[in-house]
Amino acid sequence: MIKKVVWLAAAACWAMAQGAQAQISGDVVKIGILNGMTGYAADISGKGSVVAAQMAVEDFGGKVLGKPIQIVSGDHQNKPDVGATIARGWIERDGVDMIADMDTSSVGIAVQRLASQLGVITMNTASGSTALTNKECTPFGIHYAYDTHALAVGVADPIINAGGKRWFFLTADYAFGHSLEQDASKIVKERGGDVVGSLRHPMQTTDFSSFLLQAQNSGADVIALANAAQDTINSIKQAAEFGIGRDGKQQIVGLLVFSSDVKALGLAVAQGLKFVDSWYWDMNEETRAFAKRFQQRHNAAPTSNHAAVYSAVLQYLKAVEAAGTDEGKAVRAQLGKMKFNDMYHKNAWLREDGRVMHDMYLMQVKSPKESKGEWDLVKVIETIPADKAFIPLSESQCPLVKQ
Amino acid sequence: MTRKQWFLLLGLGVVAPFVLYPVFVMKMLCFALFACAFNLLLGYTGLLSFGHAAFFGGAAYVAGYAVKSWGVPPEIGILIGLGVGAILGAAVGALAIRRQGIYFAMVTLALAQIVYFVAVKAPFTGGEDGLQGIPRGRLFGIVDLNDTMNMYYFVLAIFLLAFWSIARIIDSPFGQVLKAIRENEARALSLGYDVDRFKLLAFVLSAALAGLAGATKALVFQFASLTDVHWTTSGEVVLMTLLGGVGTLFGPMVGAFTVVALHSELSALGSWVTVIIGATFIVCVLVFRRGIVGELQALAQRHFWGRREANEAELAQIEQGSKSKP
Amino acid sequence: MDPFIKSVLSQAMLGLNNGAFYALLSLGLAVIFGLLNIVNFAHGAFYMLGAFLALIGLTQFGGWIGMPELSIGFWWALLLSPLLVGLFGIVIERTMLKRLAGLDHLYGLLLTFGVALVLQGFFGNFYNMAGTPYPGIPPSLRGVVDLGFMYFPKYRLFALLFSLAVCFVTWYAIERTKLGALLRASTENPKLVEAFGVNVPLLVTLTYGFGCALAGLAGVMAAPIYSVSPLMGSEIIIVVFAVVVIGGMGSILGAIVTGLGLGLIEGVVKVLYPPAASLVVFVIMAIVLMVRPSGLFGRE
Repeated sequence: MIKKVVWLAAAACWAMAQGAQAQISGDVVKIGILNGMTGYAADISGKGSVVAAQMAVEDFGGKVLGKPIQIVSGDHQNKPDVGATIARGWIERDGVDMIADMDTSSVGIAVQRLASQLGVITMNTASGSTALTNKECTPFGIHYAYDTHALAVGVADPIINAGGKRWFFLTADYAFGHSLEQDASKIVKERGGDVVGSLRHPMQTTDFSSFLLQAQNSGADVIALANAAQDTINSIKQAAEFGIGRDGKQQIVGLLVFSSDVKALGLAVAQGLKFVDSWYWDMNEETRAFAKRFQQRHNAAPTSNHAAVYSAVLQYLKAVEAAGTDEGKAVRAQLGKMKFNDMYHKNAWLREDGRVMHDMYLMQVKSPKESKGEWDLVKVIETIPADKAFIPLSESQCPLVKQ
Repeated sequence: MTRKQWFLLLGLGVVAPFVLYPVFVMKMLCFALFACAFNLLLGYTGLLSFGHAAFFGGAAYVAGYAVKSWGVPPEIGILIGLGVGAILGAAVGALAIRRQGIYFAMVTLALAQIVYFVAVKAPFTGGEDGLQGIPRGRLFGIVDLNDTMNMYYFVLAIFLLAFWSIARIIDSPFGQVLKAIRENEARALSLGYDVDRFKLLAFVLSAALAGLAGATKALVFQFASLTDVHWTTSGEVVLMTLLGGVGTLFGPMVGAFTVVALHSELSALGSWVTVIIGATFIVCVLVFRRGIVGELQALAQRHFWGRREANEAELAQIEQGSKSKP
Repeated sequence: MDPFIKSVLSQAMLGLNNGAFYALLSLGLAVIFGLLNIVNFAHGAFYMLGAFLALIGLTQFGGWIGMPELSIGFWWALLLSPLLVGLFGIVIERTMLKRLAGLDHLYGLLLTFGVALVLQGFFGNFYNMAGTPYPGIPPSLRGVVDLGFMYFPKYRLFALLFSLAVCFVTWYAIERTKLGALLRASTENPKLVEAFGVNVPLLVTLTYGFGCALAGLAGVMAAPIYSVSPLMGSEIIIVVFAVVVIGGMGSILGAIVTGLGLGLIEGVVKVLYPPAASLVVFVIMAIVLMVRPSGLFGRE
């Protein structure tokens, strides 16, 4: 009799252990935050993203399905091969279950492709290329925050309406820049404008003078900057240095601007600039509360990307709990069924191509007079509904979408 | 190389992926091959090229492109890499051997930069995005290389074959002439050897094998990127060879393993890795010119064979290489 | 004015601007090579060091020593940071390069390559790879000059003219003064000069220090233009190597003329065919090697 009880107990233990293994691989849910920790976009993602991810884990309760949650982080140095190598090691060797952040589209695309091959979910908050959910879409890749189509729609419309018809693009020479130039050109042409030329500059350029002078001599009304972060800041500053855009005939337009860029440029230089973003810290009570907690830990106000990383990690954990496992396919299916509600977005949902559908906002940089504090930088002037901001499924080239 | 050493190498190669992360071992093997190819030039011909990344990376791009866009099988892709290395090597080599010593190093560096900028701008390389998603395919149409272990033994086979070829080249009459050039170019010339032709041939061989390494790496990581053609990669292969032991057969392999392991173990340190690599360079040049394998050999010889003088003399000759040149 | 001509002229001005930096750097390399027979791979790193010293002096140094109000402005940096870089070079020469005497010159190249990596990695830990702007252009040099075909920032004009002046003074000192004669003699026959009672090792050390100081000076002047980044040295040094191969290490004047000329050509190519701009220097190098292997001004 006693023998039998022992046997049963042992069998039960074994079964439970097996069950637990099937639920959570390696008995821990590992989330990788991959970004360019010291690169040109370090203020937008960087260490702040790790802070945001940790906050999400804490707010979730530190454990999911009774198992611990662990955040790991890595620096891809803005190089796609480095990013892919880190991701491969994380997945194959360390058992990472989800990878988030990934600034720089070239890295984002490389990691998304590799992770999908290995059945691991990626939640890309930081890179903008529409290719992520279009030509390069994958069953496990999720594009969480903004994309270049949304940026172009929000910025190009008002400028063309105000008479800026002839456009010249200064484009960062990698996936993100190409995507942004392509999306913006399409909209410019659709609205009756004209693209008179474009130039490509390497990522992380420090001297834009020769590019800017060529743009100036092109006779365009609008010099559009299809670049990001430090590159955008440098181009705007150096244009001012050479007196470009001063004569009132030409204007310089940044297509992708983050609040941290505004901070770096200073309100005096940036005031009046209009740009599109997915979130701003000073939108409502919830966002302000998040910003306050974030700032206590990171010494800067959160960017929209930090908020998006927080939200992505939180929603991923919710999906793991609901699915009862961290197995990629099941979690992806669960995410597809959910509505996302948190301080980052409301009633957002995940489309089959991997695009997260939520409203975007047209924002304007405040003048120094309007600003009441160090981080009081922009105001929201218009909401762009999700179906207008993102490419409709009917135009999608994603092979996963059944036309 | 003795039969015993061969079996040891083979044995280690077969067992390694069960002990270490196989992708990591494959990376080590690719860079070991790259360093051995480089050593053929620096260690056995006395020419310091600072542009070997051009052959490594150039081959990675073309082989990757051939496999990805033309759908050629992996074994042909690897051979294409070998060919691209050889062709680029012939072009760069023909120009570079017009200058000697330090100039040679600077010229190779600058010419490699042309390949780099072409890789940045050419439409087929993907620029900053790199050439992504190169399929590993099926070896001879049968073996699925997407399986990590299959890929591993394919890479091991390439490495051993190339390593064997290098060992044979060094021991051949051709290799002896190269060594003669390294030790005293003027003398080799006066003995009637067409020194420039030998130098060029050595350069092409070295570049071809570097191309082989690059193409293999592209298949392993399914990626060819600007890092592969960047001058820092050229610098790194110099360090691998120097650290392991210039002019020793096993040195570059040991050096490559050490540097790759260093990178992976210290990756959390960020930019400090560059500092450590730089410091290793300085230490190697100042006090450790024979490298790991060179020092060990010297130690062994001192204790067991008492042939110290001969060895010291050889080292002195390598170190003063260009002094004896006109 | 025709926009094309305007374009060419303005790019040529920017090209000259870059060319002045090439000239300053290849000049330093030539001076060092002449006496030490070392190709100083760390030259780019010393250029970066000069820029960082200026940046640190302006924005951080005061805070470090507990006097946040203290800020070392541009003019002081222009004097102090080359001195410090030169001093650093002297330390490197005394502690390391000296020990390579009698070995193949390639070891000097490898050693200084190591030094370059250490410096680059060190600053890479503390500063953004994408560059930090240097905000300290003196008020007298702010604003633009209207050249008719373009607005040219006053500061850039200053940097161009000042670099040219430094190049000229260096050329004069080496080719036309007694000290210069001594230097040249030591290059030709160090043993003989030593026999005359000249302390040649000291001369070697000081020359190396001076060459490094020139790189540091270029760095300070470049800081406000290109912003300060740990990679700034490694990007420019390879171009400068090509400049040196094209010009040949033979003459000081050769280094200056080639540097300026190539900057100019680079600028013009940017208008004619932008993708080739970063390539043109290296292509010219290949051609020169085929036609005249010892370089345009080289003697061998």
